[in-house]
Amino acid sequence: MNKLNFLSPDKNNLYAYLYSGISLFFLSILIVFLNSFFSLDLTSFLPGTISYFLPLIIGFIGLHLIRIEYSGIKFLDITNKNINTNKFNALLSLLIIFAVIKSLPPLLSWFIIDANFAGDSKDACSGSGACWAYIKTWFNRFMYGMYPNAEQWRINLSFIALAFLGGVGFFATEKFKKYLTLYYVVIYPIIAFLFIFFFISGGPIFFDFSYGIIAAVISIIIGFFIPSKFKMYYFLIIPITIYILLKYIFFYEELIELGKIQAFEWVETGAWGGLSLTFIVSFFCLIFCFPVGLFLSLGRRSDLPIIKYISIGFIEFWRGVPLITVLFMSSVMFPMFLPEDMFIDKLVRVIIAISLFEAAYVAEVIRGGLQALPRGQYDAAKSLGMGYWKMHIFVILPQALKLVIPGIANTFLALVKDTPLIFVVGLLEIVGMLNLAKTNPEWLGFAMEGYVFASIVFFIICYAMSKYSYNLEQKYKTER
Amino acid sequence: MPDKIIQIKEMNKWFGDFQVLKNINLDVEKNKKIVVCGPSGSGKSTLIRCINRLEEHQEGSIVVDGTELTEETKNIEHIRAEVGMVFQQFNLFPHLSILDNCTLAPIWVKKMPKKDAEALALKHLEKVQIADQAYKYPGQLSGGQQQRCAIARALCMEPKIMLFDEPTSALDPEMIKEVLDAMVNLAKAGMTMIVVTHEMGFAKEVADEVIFMDEGMIVEQAETKEFFANPKSDRTKLFLSQIL
Repeated sequence: MNKLNFLSPDKNNLYAYLYSGISLFFLSILIVFLNSFFSLDLTSFLPGTISYFLPLIIGFIGLHLIRIEYSGIKFLDITNKNINTNKFNALLSLLIIFAVIKSLPPLLSWFIIDANFAGDSKDACSGSGACWAYIKTWFNRFMYGMYPNAEQWRINLSFIALAFLGGVGFFATEKFKKYLTLYYVVIYPIIAFLFIFFFISGGPIFFDFSYGIIAAVISIIIGFFIPSKFKMYYFLIIPITIYILLKYIFFYEELIELGKIQAFEWVETGAWGGLSLTFIVSFFCLIFCFPVGLFLSLGRRSDLPIIKYISIGFIEFWRGVPLITVLFMSSVMFPMFLPEDMFIDKLVRVIIAISLFEAAYVAEVIRGGLQALPRGQYDAAKSLGMGYWKMHIFVILPQALKLVIPGIANTFLALVKDTPLIFVVGLLEIVGMLNLAKTNPEWLGFAMEGYVFASIVFFIICYAMSKYSYNLEQKYKTER
Repeated sequence: MPDKIIQIKEMNKWFGDFQVLKNINLDVEKNKKIVVCGPSGSGKSTLIRCINRLEEHQEGSIVVDGTELTEETKNIEHIRAEVGMVFQQFNLFPHLSILDNCTLAPIWVKKMPKKDAEALALKHLEKVQIADQAYKYPGQLSGGQQQRCAIARALCMEPKIMLFDEPTSALDPEMIKEVLDAMVNLAKAGMTMIVVTHEMGFAKEVADEVIFMDEGMIVEQAETKEFFANPKSDRTKLFLSQIL
């Protein structure tokens, strides 16, 4: 009977089983730990194969002994429930623990113990570990690309300003809350585009931006005298009209003169690069592809055949071609179709190309959400007298978009990780800069450090995005 | 001459090749309560969905409050705002609170100031006795409460006609009563109502006229007492014998 009891632990001799099980379990971990960190082989007296598997066997027996259901000890129950439900799970848990212990020493030594942190040339890196001096030396290039050092404050300032403008939503008062969507979908992208493009690139063209500012200020002042009924349309139409009037009719000559004044040093987009370019490209692609995708998804479900088939054609076209081809086309083929004197910057073309490409994916994701809504929601909205746009803005889209937050986050993450592909048109963001740096004759042989660095940077960006999307999901969860 | 608020003449409707409604003629006078009954698939729901043009009819004419329902969009939204509808599945907007469900259409369709809309919504929620739930979300309410909120939501548009599409079919027996009570109160207040329902008790209590439909046709249309006391067609007799 005793022997049988030993095979199936129960509550009667709880502590006997518990202590023996735990000590066996920790013994197995200790054996692996000593072996891995200090190269001590405690079980060398045993034949090779048995010595090799001994920790696994001991640990397995240990976990078997502590597998007692409803023991009443909280920690034990949690452990059993999570890593020790049956023999197979116990085996898997042990293997994972051992794998982690085994892989820690080489990782630690490469990353920290044997790594070189100081120095500013290749000679400083003599150890067998990572050469972080390489990253340190090139850090500025990885962040800003070929952008002149003296002008980098412009990039920093733009990012800070945009972050601030983006955070406006958190401080909006109740009165302005209903305009927030309009602000984020239409106004913010335009401001951001003007800001980044004209401020960071600088030069005479910066004054184009000032027309925009004048137009915005005038329209806001007039806006106070407009009845609230028309405000929605007003803020869309007037600023653009004033901008065009200012630029082409009223002050055309004067502003041409003014425009010739050099405000900032002109930095052509070819010199932009590094992580800041990653941010710029992914940021603009994100905010441009979303509205385009939204309209495409609505268009694809439209009752009007022309809109429907144009949308379908557009979506299927962009989904059917590889991104790398699209980028090539945008930079090589597209300018051929433009008139001689017309020039669109390479970066702008790339951003438009990626935006349209991703918009097709976003459209299909959103369409999934639209289809998931029961028809009753459409019926209810219609029966209350809402037209197409009111129904979609207030009833359908809020629900559909909430449903597809995970899918959109997925697409956006893929977009961010696709940005390195812009190297095919000669724009070097962070991975492109790494590739450039690793071929520098003075710094040959540190590709590994570079890629590890880029992975960490991308992981931080993407993990933050995925966390944010999860928070959004939780925030808008109202059902049940 | 009594005021005919809905006039349907020789209306036909097809879903593809299948004819769902055959030669429907129906006049509804103001403040009348009409109950439509019949076996499932007989076209009852389709008929009332045609009245606010959630479904389009192919032949004949439907005139609601003096306006004929045609292809013109503006016209249709105007009519829909005057015709309230309550659905079998409630169809509340789950992302909005009960109060917002009720104020959404008055604010954005009727351009009512927010404060007035909220006061109106609370008034109607009070009428159906769920004013205390105003700040909850539909998912937190029971089926009966949700359906009463749906009634309040339709009432907030101050419609001239109310359509009910099997409002109690998705509810427990206990909750049916609270919804029917709300509907009875509404009927007593003088609303013009067209109700598709299997609740014959409700029909007897409230309806002025009962319409029996089968296979897309109006088989029998009679005053309530007449309808239950001596139904004319055999099909109606069979139906009544099964349901009562």
